[in-house]
Amino acid sequence: MSSTMHMHGGIGESIKRKEDGRFLRGKGNFLDDIVLPNMLHMAILRSPYAHARIKSIDTAAASAKPGVVAVVTGELMAQHKLAWMPTMSGDTQAVLATDKVRFQGQEVAAVIAETKAQAEDALASIEVDYEVLPAVTSPDGAKATGSALIRDDKEGQADNHIYHWESGDEGTTKAAFAKAHKVIRLHTFYPRCHPAPLETCGCIADVNPATGKTTIYMTSQAPHAIRTVFALVAGLSEQNIRIVSPDLGGGFGNKVPVYPGYVVATAASLLLGRPVKWIEDRTENLISTGFARDYHMTGDLAVDENGKMLALHVHLDSDNGAFFADAQPSKFKAGLFHIVTGSYDIPTAHITADGYYTNKAPGGVAYRCSFRVTEASYLIERLVTNAAIELGIDQAEFRKQNFIQPEQFPYHSATGWVYDSGDYPKAMDVALDKLGYAELKKDVEARRKKGEVTGIGIASFTEVVGAGPGADYDILGLRMFDSAELRVHPTGKALLRMGTKSQGQGHETTFAQIVAEELGIPAQDVSVEEGDTDTAPYGLGTYASRSTPVAGAATAMVARQLREKARKLAAHLLEADEEDLVWERGKFYVKGSPERSKTIQEAAFAAYTNLPEGMQPGLEGVHYYDPPNMTYPFGTYAVVVDVDKGTGQVKVKRMVAVDDCGVRINPMIVEGQIHGGLAEGFGIAFMQLITFDDEGNCIGSNFMDYLIPGSWETPKFELGETTTPSPHHPIGAKGVGESPTVGSPAAYVNAVIDALSPYGITNIDMPVTSDKVWAALRSKGVTE
Amino acid sequence: MRVNGVERSADVEPRVLLVDFLRSNLLLTGTHIGCDTTSCGACTVRMDGDPVKSCTVLAVQAEGKEIKTVEGLANGAALAPIQVGFHEEHGLQCGFCTPGMMMVTSALLERNPNPTDDDIRWAISGNICRCTGYMNIVKAVKYAAKMQSEAAKAPEHAAVAGGGE
Ligand code: FES
Ligand code: FES
Repeated sequence: MSSTMHMHGGIGESIKRKEDGRFLRGKGNFLDDIVLPNMLHMAILRSPYAHARIKSIDTAAASAKPGVVAVVTGELMAQHKLAWMPTMSGDTQAVLATDKVRFQGQEVAAVIAETKAQAEDALASIEVDYEVLPAVTSPDGAKATGSALIRDDKEGQADNHIYHWESGDEGTTKAAFAKAHKVIRLHTFYPRCHPAPLETCGCIADVNPATGKTTIYMTSQAPHAIRTVFALVAGLSEQNIRIVSPDLGGGFGNKVPVYPGYVVATAASLLLGRPVKWIEDRTENLISTGFARDYHMTGDLAVDENGKMLALHVHLDSDNGAFFADAQPSKFKAGLFHIVTGSYDIPTAHITADGYYTNKAPGGVAYRCSFRVTEASYLIERLVTNAAIELGIDQAEFRKQNFIQPEQFPYHSATGWVYDSGDYPKAMDVALDKLGYAELKKDVEARRKKGEVTGIGIASFTEVVGAGPGADYDILGLRMFDSAELRVHPTGKALLRMGTKSQGQGHETTFAQIVAEELGIPAQDVSVEEGDTDTAPYGLGTYASRSTPVAGAATAMVARQLREKARKLAAHLLEADEEDLVWERGKFYVKGSPERSKTIQEAAFAAYTNLPEGMQPGLEGVHYYDPPNMTYPFGTYAVVVDVDKGTGQVKVKRMVAVDDCGVRINPMIVEGQIHGGLAEGFGIAFMQLITFDDEGNCIGSNFMDYLIPGSWETPKFELGETTTPSPHHPIGAKGVGESPTVGSPAAYVNAVIDALSPYGITNIDMPVTSDKVWAALRSKGVTE
Repeated sequence: MRVNGVERSADVEPRVLLVDFLRSNLLLTGTHIGCDTTSCGACTVRMDGDPVKSCTVLAVQAEGKEIKTVEGLANGAALAPIQVGFHEEHGLQCGFCTPGMMMVTSALLERNPNPTDDDIRWAISGNICRCTGYMNIVKAVKYAAKMQSEAAKAPEHAAVAGGGE
């Protein structure tokens, strides 16, 4: 069906996606499409209050409603020791509330009924008597003396403080600040937003009463880790648990955590002996599942009289919600935020972070982001533009002056990172060229003279992805390696199974291309399977741009391993010496006589039919890859905006994005990922906001309040690229899915701030809505 | 109602939505649900030719109507031009919005066989995609438009060639 069917599909070829067919025909297999015989449906009753004591729950009336099979409360869960569960950050989270509710939308009870409508109808008949308590809705509120204690369930917890965390060197940073010519400060709030994949979360738990086998179909980006967590939490035998993650309608970090609904549905299936399906609606998704960001940051940048950066200090307060459930490697309380020195050669830095409980949903997921890199990148890139404006230096020039230079790699950063490779000036030059920067600047000057409000924003981000070296990076103790298992059949076709899980990134194509390159089997002949823990090798899953850096490397390694066996087989068939064989993608030939050759397919057939003495039959292997370092994708984004003085409306005129993600396996897919991330970055910069009123009511609980960019407002993107391979990755790839969401918000906001800088406006927090821009202009006395 | 050319009937509660009827009663699960507020368009189908959000139509309102869903786009193995366009131009990633996008844009192409970028962006402005940033969806629709206009020309060519022989 595809125009690229005939292509080999090696690395660098934009072959069309192998997975498209089923989606185009409406035959995708998303969670809600799965129907099991005899299946029940579950609906969840959620708290209307942000903070309240539960005095009583009466389920009698609900239990008597038509079709209702069971009503589950926290008390029932507690009898099975399942009222609480561990979070990914070593805290606990209520599965169904027993004592108090701690955020609006928290799970209080569940109804299981014959149909979904019956389950939902019965929710209204559950009577809960609440005693409403004062709500805490910000870190400042959490710190205030006399503020309500949210986690009174935790022994020894006297206040709402969760953690204090530091990175870098306080002494040298202080000393550098003391000598600084100038210090530029930016206080900014990266607001709470939500990944909002178009498909919400859900599961079907199917506990077989005869065998004890527990199969859970789940919208999960990390099925193996979930299996282990379920084994540990529920005390189930791990070989009896099978997690199947079907086609996912997007994830973006939202489908990493374990949600209470999964646990309740599984317990219900266990008790009732029937499959139980739970699918959340959009409001449930937005108010209760993994949010992102919510960081209050203050950055100080010290520079000398020549505009050279000397030191960086950052303090941040993190709003973690009612349970500390950030999805991040366990050693890092503020994720990888300490990458905050970014693309700049800053000799010393000091970062301090404090986390607080609030009466808001838990989560802190890496929304198209490698564990808080997005917040870090936003802060440094906003701070650098503000510094350039304050110092009166061109923002591109100021960046170039302070970039880590190409010859400094591998670069040791002030907070302990070892950047693998990069050429920042080159990416900047490509972006400026594409933009026509010099001309554009003149145009901006001329238009400003006429009273127009227009500006250019630049962001030169550096990301850190591909967690990680297992010694430093783990989730609940599980080292963050990943895996690939490759089986080549006698006819030379192959099956590749992986521990990752695509949510639309095109793994079925991209990973087949790595095999096509390394083992010479055309991509069309390689099936890729993920998401079933009974068949896939153990892996930590897909998030934080780790699939290509980690599982992609595992794929290349296993393919190379099989190639070496194939070499032996070819030598046997050719009656030649192994050392005399030359590999050319897809075949071995005898050095000096290219006509004497055997294809990989012939070698595969021989593996089952005609083996050398003593060799094990078959052509299969598995590789577990623990990366030696992270990878560091980077790029420069530039945005041009016009601002309407009368209405405060911002119009993005251009968005140029130059990405360097190392070697591109399928450039078409890479560009698609960048488009998607730039659109989400646009949404975060201008539209997407989850906020709360003083009582802790969530504002942003549906797509009429939580605004998602549509086709009409989303700008058109102009892409460019440079290629600096990762020196430690087997094929030089770095990962790309998140760069555009990490890098673009600062570029969009910098453009607005640049436009408003002639009026002395230095900051507007995201989302940069018309009313905020309008108010900022009015506050400076600017009218139409 | 006729669904993808086949007469279908059932007794349903008055409150049943068209999207639930299609998904649960007819097992046509290509039509998706992405929101509760008529905001996302994942549920878009065509009713008597017009694109409608099937989460906001009661099943009983569709009585006697002609309904077309994503499952009715292809002709057996042969994909419709809009499907080919989405494949060739990488107009889908997770594929969750794709059926709705294709139903809206196939209707657009019938009304306007040669749409501009803005025509396409306006037509799909009620449909959310979280993955693609819309760039390649626009290209996909243009690809389909071109394919359709070439197909429309082709029989003429054939006729001319035939006549000349
Ligand atoms: S489900 Fe119908 S518009 Fe979202
Ligand atoms: S392709 Fe995922 S929502 Fe459009």
